[in-house]
Amino acid sequence: MKKSNGYSIEVSNLTKKFGDFVAVDSISFQVKKGEIFGFLGANGAGKSTAMRMLCGLLSPTSGEATVGGYDIFSETEKVKRSIGYMSQKFSLYEDLTIGENIEFYGGIYGLSKLQIKEKTEQLLEKFQLTEKRKSLISSLPLGWKQKLAFSVAIVHNPEIVFLDEPTGGVDPITRRQFWELIYEATNSGVTVFVTTHYMDEAEYCDRISMMSEGKIMAIGSPRDLKSEYSSSNVDEIFVKIARGGGK
Amino acid sequence: MKQFRAFVIKEFYHILRDYRTLLILLAMPPILILLFGYTITNEIQDAKIAILDYSKDATTSSIKSKLLAGNYFKLEYELNGLDEVEAIFRKGSIREAIVFESNFEENLAKTGIANIRIIADATDPNTASTLLSYTSSIIKSYLDEINENVEMPYSINTEIRMRYNEELRGAYLFVPGLITVILMLVSAMMTSISITREKELGTMESLLVSPMQPLQIIIAKMLPYLFLAIIDAVIILIVGNAVFGVPVRGSVLLLMVEGILFIITALSLGLLISTITSSQQVALMMSLMGLMLPTIILSGFIYPISNMPQIIQWLTHLIPAKWFNLIIKSIMLKGAGLDILWKETLILAGFAVFFISLSLKKFNIRLQK
Repeated sequence: MKKSNGYSIEVSNLTKKFGDFVAVDSISFQVKKGEIFGFLGANGAGKSTAMRMLCGLLSPTSGEATVGGYDIFSETEKVKRSIGYMSQKFSLYEDLTIGENIEFYGGIYGLSKLQIKEKTEQLLEKFQLTEKRKSLISSLPLGWKQKLAFSVAIVHNPEIVFLDEPTGGVDPITRRQFWELIYEATNSGVTVFVTTHYMDEAEYCDRISMMSEGKIMAIGSPRDLKSEYSSSNVDEIFVKIARGGGK
Repeated sequence: MKQFRAFVIKEFYHILRDYRTLLILLAMPPILILLFGYTITNEIQDAKIAILDYSKDATTSSIKSKLLAGNYFKLEYELNGLDEVEAIFRKGSIREAIVFESNFEENLAKTGIANIRIIADATDPNTASTLLSYTSSIIKSYLDEINENVEMPYSINTEIRMRYNEELRGAYLFVPGLITVILMLVSAMMTSISITREKELGTMESLLVSPMQPLQIIIAKMLPYLFLAIIDAVIILIVGNAVFGVPVRGSVLLLMVEGILFIITALSLGLLISTITSSQQVALMMSLMGLMLPTIILSGFIYPISNMPQIIQWLTHLIPAKWFNLIIKSIMLKGAGLDILWKETLILAGFAVFFISLSLKKFNIRLQK
């Protein structure tokens, strides 16, 4: 049953164990509708595991969570319908054209032919790629691919989009453009859940959480966290937390 | 269903875009048939031989002319001494040498026994044994002729104990065998590569996050290769029939159903491989080593199972291709129906069910990791 209380994601005491190893240790947080929520942490801190549980790729060991108002244990299918996903590995098919990629991803999310056609035109126009309609994805520069991948990830108008280190390996200008796309999406009401390595990107988020050893060590807006940890930037907070949590 | 269709269309795009692989998949069957049919054959034609005749009498010359009468053997050298035999074998210019002892006719008439030594180039053992069998059967037929009018039968000793099935025609054996091998290749190898490619590219995650069920994904991935495998089977049947006259004496429908059963088994083996590895290279090697080699060696395609050591014979029971090879040979060559083949069909179906459930289970477990 769908809950509607202004939150897109609600997580309480979510835990994932692999044998004896606790990858995610009883984390709790909420993400508001239309918010950009940054999920930070070192490699192995558990952020990917947490994200995979929310996307329905992994089943949690214990705890509770709803995504888009749907329970991630019992309503996985509805969860999947209300989310978009873009992984750190790039997720468009290189040997398909732009149009064919949209056709495919639109198709597996159940869009109609007409919707797919409209979306395709819209995207081609937006990125000024109309004359490249028939070219394969492999012929486009990486920055374009990533922007397209993001657009395709939200082609079915999901309520929430999960981005797993989406801007790996692109130049700062393209990264900036990518974030403009993210802002554009949130303006139309999409909630963005993003993991990142780049601390400057964390500043673009409405709120961030920092994970270390499976636990959320800090959560709040970048500004609040900076004053709480008396640091001038997110990078410093991150280092403080990684060293043992001293404020 | 709409989702499923979009997926299958995408898979076909992948296959059609990768035209090199597609070309290989479609051109390989006819090329292999022609190769097997014309080069790797057990039939003897114009085999070059040398004859060393110490006797040079009427009997030896009539045996010689009998040997050279058909188009099996072609006399390349008439030798004068045993030392020459070694030399021309080394040169590789003959496949077989035939030595008649001195006083051949006399020995035969007096003692009833004469000796011929047949030496074959055994670097290619299959051809060598075939040559020996041809030679000895020709000599035997000559003996049968002369023994008709004689009270005490003559005998000519030849030093070989090989048999040869005169009816054996290469194409009859390798066309069904080739269908088995190619179905395995297309189905198992291509599926495992196509699934591991999605993993390697990271698109698998996007698929699993989508509302598509894992089962739908798998079936959509397999369907194009099922289709391709059937096309390949049909190509082989047609070329085999048109070029080598290999018939389908049994029901074509039954053949197709059994074929699909085998393809499903092979597809799930491919899926199984793709759950074990996430790299295309490894998947390719595993399919080649783990599936293709056993299929080629242990299915009875090239080497007769009945000639294998007992332990290996038991081992072949575990090879699905062996059962399919039995089935397809019986249908095509003997015209056998389900009334005869029900046991083999059940075993094959058992394999299909077993491997599908195993690979689906493994696939689902992998999703949890």
